[in-house]
This record gives sequence, structure tokens and C-alpha cells, in this order.
Amino acid sequence: MSSPILKLVAQRVALGILLMLAVSVLIFAGTQVLPGDVAQSILGQAATPEALANLRAELGLNDPAYIRYFRWLGGVLTGDLGTALSSGQNIASSIGGRLWNTLFLAFCAAIISVPLAIVLGLLAVRYRDGWVDKLISGLALASTSFPEFFIGYLLVYFFAVQWQIFPGISTVYDGMPFMERLQAIALPTAALTLVCLAQMMRMTRAAILNLMQSAFVETAELKGLSAFAIIRKHALPNAVAPIVNVVMLNLAYLIVGVVVIEVIFVYPGMGQYLVDHVAKRDVPVVQAVGLIFAAVYITLNIVADIASIVANPRLRHPK
Amino acid sequence: MLKNIPLPALLGLVFTILFLAAAIFAPWIAPYGNGQIVGDVWQPASSQFWLGTDNLGRDLLSRMIYGARITIFIAVLATALSFTLGASLGFCAAVLGGWFDTGLSRLVDLLMAIPTLIFALVVLSVLPSTLVTLILVMGILDSTRVYRLSRAIAVDIEVMDYVEAAKLRGEGMGWIIFREILPNALSPLISELGLRFIYAILFLSALSFLGLGVQPPDADWGGMVKENKDGIVFGIGAALIPAAAIAILAISVNLVADWILNRTTSLKGGRG
Repeated sequence: MSSPILKLVAQRVALGILLMLAVSVLIFAGTQVLPGDVAQSILGQAATPEALANLRAELGLNDPAYIRYFRWLGGVLTGDLGTALSSGQNIASSIGGRLWNTLFLAFCAAIISVPLAIVLGLLAVRYRDGWVDKLISGLALASTSFPEFFIGYLLVYFFAVQWQIFPGISTVYDGMPFMERLQAIALPTAALTLVCLAQMMRMTRAAILNLMQSAFVETAELKGLSAFAIIRKHALPNAVAPIVNVVMLNLAYLIVGVVVIEVIFVYPGMGQYLVDHVAKRDVPVVQAVGLIFAAVYITLNIVADIASIVANPRLRHPK
Repeated sequence: MLKNIPLPALLGLVFTILFLAAAIFAPWIAPYGNGQIVGDVWQPASSQFWLGTDNLGRDLLSRMIYGARITIFIAVLATALSFTLGASLGFCAAVLGGWFDTGLSRLVDLLMAIPTLIFALVVLSVLPSTLVTLILVMGILDSTRVYRLSRAIAVDIEVMDYVEAAKLRGEGMGWIIFREILPNALSPLISELGLRFIYAILFLSALSFLGLGVQPPDADWGGMVKENKDGIVFGIGAALIPAAAIAILAISVNLVADWILNRTTSLKGGRG
């Protein structure tokens, strides 16, 4: 490892931490500065002014916004996410298991979709303008146009109701046997895979196609190497950086897609938790979960940046 | 011109116009009222109810037609807002430069660092659920993408000789933006318009599906999926119909936007 890489990586990490802080301000401002009153939403429209004033004092709502922000941020940094308004439960302990469930679902979808997307992307380049390529661009059009719930409910309709292969509702609980858990999340995993597969394929195809038009690939072609040899020995090593980038960006996308998919399959994850509490106007929960989603998203983006720096041959072997 | 439309674009155009017509003429073509209960719950399709009935016994076809109206109405307004806001700020940033450009660009970077759906959910947790809030939230969040695109285009145009000449003539900022930059930025912006419109439809549908968009008794297509989703486990496909409508509309607009993009780029004779 040479110093230019370390320097670049350190820069990205510092930038990411700065970004995370700015995002926390934005999320806090989005829920606190906009019109809306937490005390009012707890007590409802019929609350007396005295009750409202008491509750505001109790929740510390009379302090200026910046003091409340630092109190909240201090809590978040020490692992204290506060308590939910609607249930009075500790948010951090309710999130724990759900975060794990969400990450497990996203991980399963990633493990299937990433290799599949790369192989299909390579095939599309190899048989360019052939039927594989056309099929892939058709699929990409469909998947950018189909709402997630269309794919999700089609899967439920056929696999759970008509053919009864997999459960249509993904119930999971602590201590569930691993195989049963896998079967329970088969359909949401498939839905998530379908949602992000086409995009990933298309970007892989574009990244490799870009390389195939470069001078060193042309040289290899003129030397008379076979198409697969060119892809394997010349294109692929240089394509690692863009492909890793594509994969990371799509994983970030997957984290967002998970929200709708979890609601479709009633899966006890972070997305379901967030949506429930937005409807209940439970601001502390929404802030906490929003911040976690944003943090995962930003982290994956930074990892994508770093991965493409590390995988870039020009940066790995500086002159 | 019409002769040269390729088949996919033609299909897209036909379906887009069909959906638009349904949206505009909803009260005249819908066989029943929007909230009118006409039969039993989830009746299958018949000659009386072409698409069957929904979870409360309302005619599904009529609700689909009224749903087209709400869906397209909100998506059009949100897209219009995001374009006016994004493009005017983007052009201003490119022309003015300096702290205005830097400040606005960093703010947009910040907004785009949070997934749009997540930030929309955060904001909607405190705002009242009305159509106006929905359109504002969708439009403002989406304007970040239009801002980036139009700023990038305008920065390229701004250094052209004809803009330089206009500046030397002493033209004001209004002239530079509307008479010099806008006409030259129009074709990439128009094809982006199609994509933003699709995104608005999908975004609205997702919000309504999650119960945070259009509120009952009105329903857009996403809301209709939510209303009828419980039927799926009994093998009743009513929820699939509005979901398929969203997909068909999105694909149609996509095909048309693709065609416009190809046409405008080939018109420019390879200048990009």
C-alpha cells in the first residue's frame, strides 16, 4: 500500500463522517423545524393547553432547537436512541433484532444478485446485439418501470397462492431454524433480487463495453486472441473497479428497496418499523431509523468509492 | 413524421394517450361513481363490472379511471414543480457562479446523500397529509436531480461564444438564461422530463402503497394496491390490476422518452 491510496482513502472517510453529521442535522431539522408539534401528536387534538404545556416541559421541547439537537446527537453517539412516543419502548432495543433481519434479507438478495448480474452482464457483452443482450435491455426497461409491489405481489400470487411453494407472509422469530428462515424469506429475497438485478446488469455491461472499446483491447483482438481470453485476461482486471462500484451503488439502492418489500411481505425489519411509525407520527423513532438508513447508505457509497480507488490499477502501481 | 415512429415508441404513445384521456375525461367515461358501492366485495370480472369489484364492493374499472386522474394529476404537478425549481436554480447557479453556486450545490449534494424515499418518510411524519404537502415534498426532493443536470448543461453552454457575445452586448441575466441557455438546453431536458415523470409516478405509488400518500376515500393506483392487497392471499388478483397499470404507464412513457431522445440527438447530426 502506497501513500497516495492511503491519503485518498483517508480523505473519503473524513468526507463521509462530515456528510453523516450534516445528514443528522438535516434529519433533525426536517422533523423539528417544520410545522408540527410532538406534544400535540401524542395527546391528540382534544388536549387541554395545560396538558400540552406540561408535556412540552417534560420532553424538553421548550429548549432551543440547537440544544435539543446536541442532546439527541449525544444520545445517538452513546447508543441511546430515546424512547418511542407511541409505545414508550426503548428504541435501540426494538431496533436491534429488526436491523439484523433487514441486513440478513439484503445480504441474501445481494449474494444471489451480484454474481448473477456480473455473469449476465459479461454474457451481454460477449453476445453483443444478440438475443441475450436484447433480453437484458428489455429486462432493464421492465425493472426500472415496474413498481416494487407489482413484482412482489406477482410472486405472492403465483408462488404462494397458486402453486403454494413458499409462504406469502415472511414470519421470522428468534431461534428459528436456519433452513426454515431461508424458506420464509425466499419470496422477498427473489423480489429484491429482481428489483436490483437488471440495473446492476446494465451498469456492468456498460462498464465492460466501455473497456472493450479501448486501445489495449483492440490490440489484443488484432493479436488474434479469442473473445473470452480478451475478456478474462485484458478487460476483467481493469473492469474490477467499475464493477465493484456498480455493486456497491446497487447495494445502497437495495437498502432503500427493502422498505417497500418488507411491507409487502410483512417482514419484521427496519423498513416496516419505519413505515409504521411514520403513520403514527412517532418522531423519535422516525429520526432514529431514518438516520440509520442514511448511515448505511452513505457508508456503502463511501465503500464503493474506496473500493474503486483500491482496485484502480493506475493508483495501485503509481509511477 | 408520424410514419417514421418505430413500433415500440408508437405503442408507448398510444398507451400514454389512452391513460391521459382516461385521466382527463374520468367523470364521463367511468361507468360508476368513484366511491359508489355497487356490488359485493371482490366480485370477479363480469359484463356488468369489467374488472370486477374492489375490497368494499366498488367498481374496479371506475376506480381505476378516477385513480388515473389522481395519479397523473399529482405526478404532473410534482414533475412541473421539480423542473421549474431545479432548472431555474440550476441555470442561475451556472450563470451566477460564486457562493450562490457553491452553497446550492453542496446543499443538493447533502439532500442526495439521503435516499429520497427515506427522507420523504422522515418529512411526512411531521407534515399534514394533504395533496399540497405531497406535491411539494415530491417536487422539491426530485428537483435536486433536475438541478444537477441543468446546471451541468448550462455550465457547458455558458462558455460558448454566443453567450460571451450576448454578455458583451450588455444583455441582462434574464436574456442570457431564457434566450441563450434555455433553447440550447431544451432537448436533453425534455428527455429527462419523461424519466422524472416516471419516477414521480413510481414514487407517488410507493408512498400511497405505504399509506402515506393520497388518503382514503380518494385513491391513486398505489393506494388501490394497498386497499386490495389483502385479497391476494385468497387468490384474488384485484391488487395486481392497478399495479400493472402503473407498470404499463411507466413503460409507455419510457419508450416515448427513449424515442424523443434518439430523435433529438440524431437531429443534431452527431454533435452530441
